[in-house]
Order: sequence, then C-alpha cells, then structure tokens
Amino acid sequence: MLPAPFEYHAPRSVDEALDLLDQFGDEGKVLAGGQSLIPLLKLRFASPAHLVDINKIKDLDFIEERDGTLRIGPLLRHKAAERSSLLASRYQVMADAAPMIADPIIRNRGTIAGSVAHADPSGDWGTVLLAMDAELVLRSKKGSRTVKARDFFSGPFSTALEPTEILTEIRIPAAKPMTGGAYLKLERKVGDFATVAVAVQLRMDDGKVGSAGIGLTAVGPQNIKAEKAEASLKGVRLDDAAIKQAAALAADASDPKADHRGSVEYKRNVVRVFTERGLKRASERARGGG
Amino acid sequence: MAVETPLKGNIGDSIKRKEDDRFIRGKGNYLDDISLPGMLHMAINRSPFAHARIKSINTSAAQAVPGVVAVVTGELLAQHKLAWMPTLSGDTQAVLATDKVRFQGQEVACVIANDPYVARDAAALIEVDYDVLQAVVTPQQALEPGAPLIRDEKEGQKDNHIYHWEAGDKAKTDAAFEKADKVVKLDTFYPRCHPSPLETCGIVADVNPATGHATLYMTSQAPHAHRTLFAIVAGLPEQNIRIISPDIGGGFGNKVPIYPGYVVATAASLLIGKPVKWVEDRSDNLISTGFARDFHMSGELALRNDGRMLGLRVKMLSDNGAFYADAQPSKFRAGLFHIVTGSYDLQAAHVETDGAYTNKAPGGVAYRCSFRVTEASYLIERLVESAALEMKMDPTEIRLKNFIKPEQFPYMSATGFEYDSGDYPRAMQVALDKLGYQELRKEQAEKRKKGELMGIGVASFTEVVGAGPGKHYDIVGLRMFDSAELRVHPTGKAILKLGVKSQGQGHETTFAQIVTEELGIPAADIEVQEGDTDNTPYGLGTYASRSTPVGGAATAVVSRKLRDKAKKIAAHLLEASEADIEFDHGKFFVRGSPSKSKTIQDVAFAAYTNLPEGLEAGLEGVTYYDPPNMTYPFGTYLVVVDIDRGTGQVKVRRMVAVDDCGVRINPMVVEGQIHGGLTEGFGIAFMELITFDEEGNCIGSNFTDYLLPTAWETPKFEMGETVTPSPHHPIGAKGVGESATVGSPAAYVNAVIDAVGHLGIRNIDMPVTSDKVWAALNEKGAAE
Amino acid sequence: MGQSITVTVNGEQRSAEVEPRLLLVHFLREKLRLTGTHIGCDTTHCGACTVLVDGTPVKSCTMLAVQADGQQVTTVEGLLTGGALHPMQAAFKEEHGLQCGFCTPGMMLTSIALLKDNPDPTDDDIRWALSGNICRCTGYMNIVKAVKSAAVQMKAAAAVPAATAAARS
Repeated sequence: MLPAPFEYHAPRSVDEALDLLDQFGDEGKVLAGGQSLIPLLKLRFASPAHLVDINKIKDLDFIEERDGTLRIGPLLRHKAAERSSLLASRYQVMADAAPMIADPIIRNRGTIAGSVAHADPSGDWGTVLLAMDAELVLRSKKGSRTVKARDFFSGPFSTALEPTEILTEIRIPAAKPMTGGAYLKLERKVGDFATVAVAVQLRMDDGKVGSAGIGLTAVGPQNIKAEKAEASLKGVRLDDAAIKQAAALAADASDPKADHRGSVEYKRNVVRVFTERGLKRASERARGGG
Repeated sequence: MAVETPLKGNIGDSIKRKEDDRFIRGKGNYLDDISLPGMLHMAINRSPFAHARIKSINTSAAQAVPGVVAVVTGELLAQHKLAWMPTLSGDTQAVLATDKVRFQGQEVACVIANDPYVARDAAALIEVDYDVLQAVVTPQQALEPGAPLIRDEKEGQKDNHIYHWEAGDKAKTDAAFEKADKVVKLDTFYPRCHPSPLETCGIVADVNPATGHATLYMTSQAPHAHRTLFAIVAGLPEQNIRIISPDIGGGFGNKVPIYPGYVVATAASLLIGKPVKWVEDRSDNLISTGFARDFHMSGELALRNDGRMLGLRVKMLSDNGAFYADAQPSKFRAGLFHIVTGSYDLQAAHVETDGAYTNKAPGGVAYRCSFRVTEASYLIERLVESAALEMKMDPTEIRLKNFIKPEQFPYMSATGFEYDSGDYPRAMQVALDKLGYQELRKEQAEKRKKGELMGIGVASFTEVVGAGPGKHYDIVGLRMFDSAELRVHPTGKAILKLGVKSQGQGHETTFAQIVTEELGIPAADIEVQEGDTDNTPYGLGTYASRSTPVGGAATAVVSRKLRDKAKKIAAHLLEASEADIEFDHGKFFVRGSPSKSKTIQDVAFAAYTNLPEGLEAGLEGVTYYDPPNMTYPFGTYLVVVDIDRGTGQVKVRRMVAVDDCGVRINPMVVEGQIHGGLTEGFGIAFMELITFDEEGNCIGSNFTDYLLPTAWETPKFEMGETVTPSPHHPIGAKGVGESATVGSPAAYVNAVIDAVGHLGIRNIDMPVTSDKVWAALNEKGAAE
Repeated sequence: MGQSITVTVNGEQRSAEVEPRLLLVHFLREKLRLTGTHIGCDTTHCGACTVLVDGTPVKSCTMLAVQADGQQVTTVEGLLTGGALHPMQAAFKEEHGLQCGFCTPGMMLTSIALLKDNPDPTDDDIRWALSGNICRCTGYMNIVKAVKSAAVQMKAAAAVPAATAAARS
C-alpha cells in the first residue's frame, strides 16, 4: 500500500501552480490537504505523474465576509472552520459540519476546497455548499470562471473542475438576519463516512420561510440538492405539516444504495427524520435560539 | 513528616509497570523496528479471487524491476517440499498457492527486494492467469450436496465437511426436554471479526549461511511452540533455530498461528543468505490472518414453569475458511465451546458441533475468545435473555434461580468441566447495587409508557481458562504446561525467565510480583525475560488467558523451590535447624526470636559464598507446571442503552462490570485488561464485521470497512470486583485477560433486546448496527 | 533519486535525498531510524503514526516527506528534555495509560497538542480530541485519566512562574 512514483512540485504562487497544471494537463494533480489524495495514491487508485503541492503558497487560508459574501480560500483547513467564531455565530450549518469531517487529526490537514473538489458522494462539504447556494471560483492559466455549486457536481468524484484548474475560492452569500442552519450526520463511528447526512439552511422572512436550502450526503451518486423539498417551504409557515412534507420530499429526492450501512428504506427514512430535525433546529437558530 | 514508601510489589500492590519506561520514550523494540545489515524486504502478491484455478504465473516483469533479488512462487517452494505446511488443527495449509487459490487474499507469490517500496512495486507486476471457480461463501452452502469441493487436493476429502464433535449426554438431555414445561429456542450468529492488534504480523528471518543458524525475529505469542513447528516443517535442526519474539504491539490471538509470510521469509533467507523482513499491511492482516468467530448457533433451553432450567441442546456450525487452522487444544474440535452451560446448574446438556470449509481466510479461534468460550457464553446468555422474555421473568431473577450455588463447588458440569470455585449470586448483587438496578427498571417503565426505548442488559458469564492439564490439553501434541526459571544473583537481585510471552499484559511487572510475594525480593530488583527461545524455558505461550494460571503458577512454585533452598542456607547462617526457620516476605528468622534474622539478600550472597556442607552453590531453579485443572473466572456485566427510534442508533449510557478472577496480582493491571476487553466486546457487539459477497469478495479488509471503536464511541466503564480464589492455583489467581471479551458482547446485545423485547423482538445479530435496530423496530411498527 | 529536503526533527536539522513518494513516516522510521512513530494501518485511520508538524498533530503516513521540507517535526523521541520525562509521558506511566505501547507515542503527541489549545479539558474533550487515535488494549479509560493528570501537572508547572512573578511585584 505505497504510492507509485511521481514527480513533485511545490510552487510559491498561484500563477506558478497554474502554469505547472497547464503543462501537465491530465497528468497533473493538485495536492492540498492530501487527506483524500494520499490514501488514493497509496491504494494506487490514482497514479498521477505530477503532484502540484499548493501548501507553500501564502495567504490561501482566508475566511472572511466581504461585500456581502463569505469567502473561503483553498487552504482553509477543516480545523480552522471548526474553530471559526464567524462560522459558529453566523453559519451554523458549516459550524455543525466542520467537526464531523473524518477525525480530529485529519481535520488538521484536510481542506474544505480539497474535499469539495474531490466530490465524494459521501463527502460533507459539497452538501453544505449546495444547501447554501454557494459559488466556486475556478482559475486556470487562461483565466477565471465561477460555477454555482448546483452545477459543479456531476457524479461520483466528478466535477466541473478541469485538471488545469484550481478551486481558488468558495463564495457563500453572507448570512442575512433570521437565518439559521444545521447539519445532521449519522456515522457508524468517528472517521467513518456518513451513512446519511442532511444540511439545512433557512432564512425566515416575517414568520414565513424566505428561502430554504436542503442538501443530502451519501444518498446518491453525488451530493444532492433537494430542490423540490426546498421549493415546498418557500413562503410558507414552518409548521409541523410543512416540515413533514419537506422531509418527505427530501427523502424522495434521495437515491441511496443498499449496503452495509443500511437498506434503501432505512437510509431514506433517516433522510426524512434528519430533515425534520434539521428544519426544527435551523428554525430555532434563525429565531436566535439553539 | 511522612515519607511515602514505594510499594514493594507484593501480590495486591498496584505498582507501576517497568516495561512502560521504554514504551513512553518510543524505545520499544517492535518487529518493524528491527533492521539488520544487508536486510532485504518481502512483499506478497495475493489472490483477487476467492476460488480459482491457477493456470500460470509470470514473474518476469517483477524480476526485471531493479532492486528485486528473488521472486518465490508455490512451484519453487514445492521443490523444497514447503508449498504446504501443517496447521495447528492437524490440517494442511498452502504456504503459496500451487494448484488453486481458495480465498481472496491468499498468498500466491512473494517478491524479495532491497527496498520495501520496490518489493511492492514488483509484487504488483506479477501476472497470474486465473480460471475463476464458483465461490462457497457460507458453511450451509458448503455442506449442500454438489457444492464445489474446496479441498480437492486433500486425500480422502470428498466434501467440505471438516469435523463433527459432540459433548454431553444426548439421552439424558432428550429426557429433560420431554419433561419440560417450556422450550425456548434461539438461532443466532456470532459473525466473523478479527483481533486486529494495532501492530500487524511480521518476521525478520536471518539464516546465517555460514553457521546454518536461523534467528527468526517474529511476532509470536508462542515462540517455543513455533520453534518446534519450524523445525518440523522446514527441516531445520531445532538447536539451530532461535526465535526471538520482541515487543509485541498487541496479540489477542492474532499472533498464535504460523503464517505463510513467516515460512517464505525464512525459506528466502535460507536460499539467499541474507536477512529477509516481511511486515504485513493492515489489509493483508485483515484479509488473510487468523480471524475470529464465524459461528452459527442454535440453542434450546428446556424449562419448568417456575423458570428452573432442565436441559440445554445446542447445535453449532463453524465456518473455518479454506484451511482448518484453529489454534486450539487438539482433543477439542470446537475449542472449549462445550462450556456452553455457563454459570447455570444444568444437569442435562448436549452439544453437537460441525465445521465446514469455505472460500475464506482460515482461522476461527482468536480475539480473546478463550478457545471459543466467547461463542458459548454469548449463546447461553442470549438464550437466557430469550427465556426471561418468554417466561416474563426479570433476567436477573431467572439467573439467580439457576446459578450454580457457592456450596456446589467444585462443580462438575454436564459436559465434563470441573468448575473450581465461584460465587455467582454475590457478583451479580455487587453489580446490581452498583448500577442501581431497581431505579433503572422504574425509569424504563416510565419511558416505555411514552414510547421511549431504554434497555438493561445482563450477562453472567463463567470463563474457562488456564489451558491446561497435559492429559487433556495439547497443541499439536505439545502438552500445555508452562514454565518459569528463576535465578537469584549474589547481590540479591534476580532474573525470571518465562515460557509465556506478553503482548502488553504487563508480565515484566506482574510476574516479578509473584516472586516478590514468595521470596521477598522487591519487584524492582527482578528482571523478567520472555520471548527468546535460546534463553527461556519451554512454554506454550500467551493466549487463552493462560499466563497467570499456568505460567504464574510455575513462577510461584519455582519461587517456593528457591525458598526451600534459601531456608537451608538461612538455617546455616543463623546456626539453627531448618525446622525452626520461619519466613515472612523476605525475612528468614528463628521461630520465637524474630531479631535473629537474615534477609533474602543475605541468603542470596551466602548461596555463592557461605554454604552448608553438601549443598550446591547458586540459588536457582526451573519448574514446568502441569496445572491440575483449568480455572474459572466469572462475573456479571450490566449495560444500559437508549435507542433512537428514528435512526435506530444505540447509545450505551452505562456499563457496570463486576469481575472475579480470583486473587489479583496487580489490581491496576487487572482493571486495564478488563477495560480493554470491554471495549473489544463493544466493538464486536456494535460495529466489527468481516463479511463476503456471493463471489467471496471480502468486505472488512481495511479500517474503512472494519470498524474499530474510538475513545468517542467507547463507553465509560464502572468496575467492581469480588474475589473467589482458585483453590488449586498456588496463589489463588485465575487469569483475566479474556473475561471481558468473553462476557460482554451478550451484555451489550441483551441490553438492546431488553429495550425492544416487549415488541416481540428476540434477536438482532451482531454487529447490532443502527439500520438493523431500525429494521427490527419497523417490522413491528415501532420505528419513527 | 529525488529531492533534497531539510526537516527539523526534534530540534535537529536533518537533511536527506528522498523520492517524492516516500511517506513522512518512512522517512522518520527508516531514514532517521526514529522508530518510536509506528504504523498500524494503511487507510489513515489508526493514528499510530501521529507526529507534530509545527506543533499540530498530523498522521505521518498521509504526508509526504517532501512536504515536511522546511518544517518542524516532533516525534515521541523529542519529548524528553534533558533526560527528564515530559509530564505527559510520566502521566501515562502513572495512570497505566498504556499496555502494549504501540499507540502510545501518537496518543501522547495528540494529547500534548490538545493541552496547548485547551489546558483544562473535560473527559469528553479528551475523548473527542483522541478520536483519531485507535487503541486496542486499554479501552481508553486510563488514557483519559493520564491526560487529565498531565493537564493538572502542566497547569501547576505553568502557574509557578506566574506565582513567582506575582510574588515579586
């Protein structure tokens, strides 16, 4: 269980990194936290000829609210997100998710951006970004483009990110008043992938739901945005009936596979239960409680 | 001003461990830390298929990799009659596959290279042409007529059946069932799991081409037995083989079998003339080394209306994998499973066991099972739970009604075990008091009214350990005595050499304590050595909780031998007659005149300088101890769980463990052993599983799929004790290493069943994962 | 062969030529012969290989040696100061926080980092922080006790200079 040989590059600037990636094309791979990539290299499920390590590039670990947007850099580690008082106070769905990623030591190295780019259907951050209507900035030597999270994922480990691109920024609409979120994750133990997880983001507007974001982890070929469930909540009072209906729609939106974590019926039920619980918790937080 | 006197290390003292000094500094000497000049590295190419014929093996690409020194295949080994080797259960096992592969992960070829990365690169380049055959993945499938024959190479083997073995009295049991008011049945499965010590298995084989001496550094729980087996299998003269088992990072039975990797590395070192190191990856370890359990069990309990048990019938089918390689006493085909009457006065019992080959890794007896006692304990404790539910009796009440009573010891069980001592009601009472049982039952009743699920699980296990009396207990013919060699130096310090081998149990400290108690030399002055077959007396090693019962007894006996000689020397020094000499914890004195005394240190010096006429110099001895009986630790475990009806998640709220292992040499060490066992039991009950799909692909061959509990999931344990000494053991100790893994799985599962029993649910097989709990609730309309 | 790296290991600069694919754990164990860092798995789960990189716990089996170029690495061998045990080492022995010793280096280093962030952790804080380090022997009970004990020792030791300074002022 050891990697095949490769060449290693540690550029000092984003431009230098992009230059290298442009040269290597399909043969190049970005190394950020390495907590998903290095295990794959060891299993030889991936054998890129060139690794482009971006860890030596300065100032890529930013997390700040600016111009109505929460901006997160490619080297923000899960641990920094876990410790961020900004996320804890205003972006609770992210604050809930951060400590649930892998285990505490892996969180020291792994990055949000790396996790999103890796696009494991059982990964947590993609789901959170879907619930929050995030945007992703992708840069290559040729320029920059922005892709909505909902358009970014295209299947297991498959995204819009080209081999010549780096995900340089995650952009999330800045938290408005009366917003609250929650992330509920069922895992068999710390460090296991999710059996099921649900991300909920709510903005309340004069006692009714202004907007709702619901994302689902590990119940489909990619992280899922439960759009019908979201739509069912828009403009309604968040009473038990509305919650139940949204939860049922979220369960319908899921497409889980039966495996050792559970049957299809079981996983769908957890989606439903977690959506209910998540909506209740998010709404409490939106009202300033929880 | 009081000065704290450090504990001397008598029995009962919780002295700190000597071995810790090197471990906390990172200066342990584990197998992979060993590096010898010129050492080469071995990697194994393994079969991707569970059952396939080998058409050809092409090693040319592998051999061409720079740095590769040799590639070994089954064909090469066959030329040296090493392609097959005997197992510890009288079967044979492939070292490297020749005709067929019989489980996914089976060893096919080995690369020896100058660098471990190169060895793995080259191993991946070995091309094997397989003809895939139908895989047999369950023992039931294996025993169906017309099932593919797995061991077609074995002469006389016509099917996949390995053994049939019975214990107890069938007629008497049938009669008891005739008279029963009620018969409670339970079919349950104890799934395949794996000891998974944190350190994997490995060897550094160093065969010296000039002298023919083979020094094998090996992760071995039984170095002497392994040496003898190597001599027989490899044809090396036994005096030229030295096995050194260094520090071992956990054994739990995983390091008892002899694995193909050990044999090939040794053969390679012999052929190449350089040391060869093989250390397996975790994936190798989980997919190919000695697994545990995989027992399909059917139990029936015959009861009177008042809850008194009349008889027990058990049928069991074990899945032994492709080779029958259980490490167990040769006279018992299913280990000590027939202890299945447990803590209960069951005068009629009959046990029928069968074993089958399947296309899976070989093994079965491992993971702190005490030779299949965990399977037996699980079955009886789960069956008693079912009986309690069926009879609408409290699970503690039905146990108390049927426990073997203290006055009945020594107790001869219906399947031939003579239980040495026990006080089951007392252990249970201590546990119930510690838990606050009645209050929790009240809480459960309240919660049930609100539809909330809470359960209290009980397990009252009796273990049988300390293998064992040579008449009945042997491993491949080697009787299961054990040994201790003790030598006291002129300056009063001592060295103790043992035939057992610690893998973390603390022998360097606890065995010294036995000598301290018997001879009075402080534990800090006693060096304990294990694991080097050139320097220690022959023993059968450490597993099945046998070290304290057998090795500890040998240590006490040899200490007493030395004490007898010391008395003679003391008498000489004190100018008194030997009959007048008394001994008290290191002091010899004349009866009636305690001031006329000599210390053991005085005597030790005199043993080399001032001896009575006719007495040989020195103060040393060796004892090979044949225990008169096994020992029977026991206890009651209580578990409280809460269940989430929406997700099926089970949370262990409390876990009370009351253990009785007789006299405790070092209470701190004993508690540590129990903590560890309760955690492994927790893992087994709730998350650990090796399973296979229909093609025999193994799921659970890495830590992504084989789940081990972390500090976060693992419950906090509340400990209690009772002490019922073993009447036959020299210091009254029984051993404790496996009690908790033997007894706790049933406690955890019974807690879940107790939470949902009122809904009619009687069984959820381990691992009791959240989806299974939810599915059981859903079937009864009780899920959220 | 590969790249030239210089890593400060336990305060000492160590340089070597390594293949890019060489894992940090193998660099430490095989090239530097610091065998106190152990390998227990191949899927980044067990934590036996945990070291501190610039003070932060990292699973050294999931980091390349080349990535450690220019950084500070602390292994268990670096815990002794002038031959004296680190309070964490002393506490692990005192509280019987180890049995086979294989997970112990990783446990201690992760715990040391925990106490830097949180000098007064609860049992749950400790269990959470150690949930990336597997132990098969101890059942974690005495590991938690050891970390708590070390926390008490280290707080007391830290208080001494402060008390002295206060006394002086």
